[in-house]
Amino acid sequence: MNEARRNDKYVPPWTDPKAEPYVRIEKVTKKFGDFVAVDDVSLNIYKNELFCLLGGSGCGKSTLLRMLAGFEQPTSGSIYLDGVDMAGIPPYNRPVNMMFQSYALFPHMSVEDNVAFGLKQERLAKNEVSKRVNDMLGLVQLAQFAKRKPHQLSGGQRQRVALARALVKQPKLLLLDEPLGALDKKLREQTQFELVNLQDRTGVTFVVVTHDQEEAMTLASRIGVMNQGRIVQVGTPTEIYEFPTTRFVADFIGSVNMFEGRIVDEDNDFVRIGAEDARCTIFINHGVAAAPNSTLWVAIRPEKVNISREPPPDASENCTTGIVQDIAYMGDVSIFNVKLDGGKVVKVTQPNLFRHAEETITWEDRVYLHWHPASGVVLLQ
Amino acid sequence: MNQKRSWFLPACLIAGFAFLYVPILSLVIFSFNASKLVTVWGGFSAKWYAELLGNSQILDAAWLSVRIAAINASLAVVLGTMVALVLTRLGPFRGRALLSGMATAPLVMPEVITGLSMLLLFVSLEQWFGWPQGRGVTTIVIAHATFSLAYVAVIVQSRLTQLDESIEEAALDLGARPAKVFFVITLPIIAPALISGWLLAFTLSLDDLVIASFTSGPGSTTLPMVIFSKVRLGVSPEINALATILIAIVAIAVVVAGYFMKRQESMRQRDIQRAIAANQ
Repeated sequence: MNEARRNDKYVPPWTDPKAEPYVRIEKVTKKFGDFVAVDDVSLNIYKNELFCLLGGSGCGKSTLLRMLAGFEQPTSGSIYLDGVDMAGIPPYNRPVNMMFQSYALFPHMSVEDNVAFGLKQERLAKNEVSKRVNDMLGLVQLAQFAKRKPHQLSGGQRQRVALARALVKQPKLLLLDEPLGALDKKLREQTQFELVNLQDRTGVTFVVVTHDQEEAMTLASRIGVMNQGRIVQVGTPTEIYEFPTTRFVADFIGSVNMFEGRIVDEDNDFVRIGAEDARCTIFINHGVAAAPNSTLWVAIRPEKVNISREPPPDASENCTTGIVQDIAYMGDVSIFNVKLDGGKVVKVTQPNLFRHAEETITWEDRVYLHWHPASGVVLLQ
Repeated sequence: MNQKRSWFLPACLIAGFAFLYVPILSLVIFSFNASKLVTVWGGFSAKWYAELLGNSQILDAAWLSVRIAAINASLAVVLGTMVALVLTRLGPFRGRALLSGMATAPLVMPEVITGLSMLLLFVSLEQWFGWPQGRGVTTIVIAHATFSLAYVAVIVQSRLTQLDESIEEAALDLGARPAKVFFVITLPIIAPALISGWLLAFTLSLDDLVIASFTSGPGSTTLPMVIFSKVRLGVSPEINALATILIAIVAIAVVVAGYFMKRQESMRQRDIQRAIAANQ
């Protein structure tokens, strides 16, 4: 898999029309009484993918995961795994394993018994079980903790036991519910890479549920953003971040400055948008398929805006001015909140390239904000 | 304020101790009384203990009570756990509130009512089906189990509510069928609750007089019934000796259980400390 990624000719399966999806979710709806938790979701996940379902709490991502595991049955629609319809197959007969958010380790069993539990259900030979358990404990670097009980482990070790227990059955699909949610920040960063590494080495298809966009960006081959029971956008982390298709996605992933406006001039290869709240004309260097005079939005990421005390050479377009209201120094970057003359506050981040800046921008300075014609993303809804 | 507290709290302490332990203490002391008169101290003697060992009526009743209590406790644990499982794991169902209410009703129901209703039930059952034939050990056990299962259900239910349901789901997910999940995962985890439920049911049955009086028959006189009927004719020092033995057994059991629980807890704490230290 790693090799394939490095190879220039590698074609991601989701761009290949001939590729057969490994998990096929077709028009799945799940209702709890009158509440629609998952609303007509269709989704294809390919073999060896690390797919992230990303969304806020109550968006239906966990319900979708539980339907893949078999704990919930879809109200309508179907789920196919490796070509097999999963309808009516109980969790204990599915080639799917899950790592729970609380880890759900068996408190009365040692680490090795926890990991062996799933294999014992398959009635494998004793030496086969212990071999696979040892291999798996080695893989997650827990061999010396085999005899310990879960309460004798730290949070990070418990997380690895939970992972080992789910992976040792060599499932076709591994489901992970907020796998890093219970870890502290430092450990989380380290574990993110371990998780990706493990996915590479085992070749198991992962589906991860998370509300943490940073986690989704670093882990995923593709992300499915969910809102109110629906999938709003599916794409690679770059696509989701740089080419959001709706205001919700642009706003949910990272931070963004959103300007509302109308088209004032357009052609096949450019568009000019009059944005009242930005107090300038925004020029975009590609055409937009929008009805003339309809309202649209331009999203510009804070790091794609330049800030300076001197006006840029061409200040006629993609340039506005305001007063610095707040500065947050983060070490690597500084965040500026600039209040435009119309009252809208724009967020700008700038990397701190030099240790001693000669002329630093400070509070109450009048500054000019400008951006490249390719920086703005036009959103129609 | 400070001065007031200086005598008030110690007085509370002394009053508390006095109310709790003076009756027990006087009973223990008088069990070693040489005199046959309960209220007159006639010197130290252990003769009532010797006499007790020769009294087959009391010993038989004690043995019967222990047997009934043990069978009752086992039955109550099984039934109570079933009730608790249905209430915590079945989700909303028709009649849930009714079951929940009825399961805990014996906790607040006057024992006389429970005993009387049990007696009426057994009599009509015998008339219609010919079972149970007369009243005896079986009917006492059934009656005791009916009310002590409520206590077990409450204890087990609170344990099951605390239990993370995803642990059971994880076992299902790893390929264990629901029945196996219950016996291999749920049961061992809730075992402490089952044990305390069993002990509570055992004690409840052992010292029950009212319900046993209603549901017992000839040849099934339990220990509380023997004690009660003896005391009505005047307190004999033998009963004091018997009570002292019972108190000793209970006290030892409590101390031993407390010691083991404390040791287990401190071991757990030490393990957690060690795990945290090892991780840093």
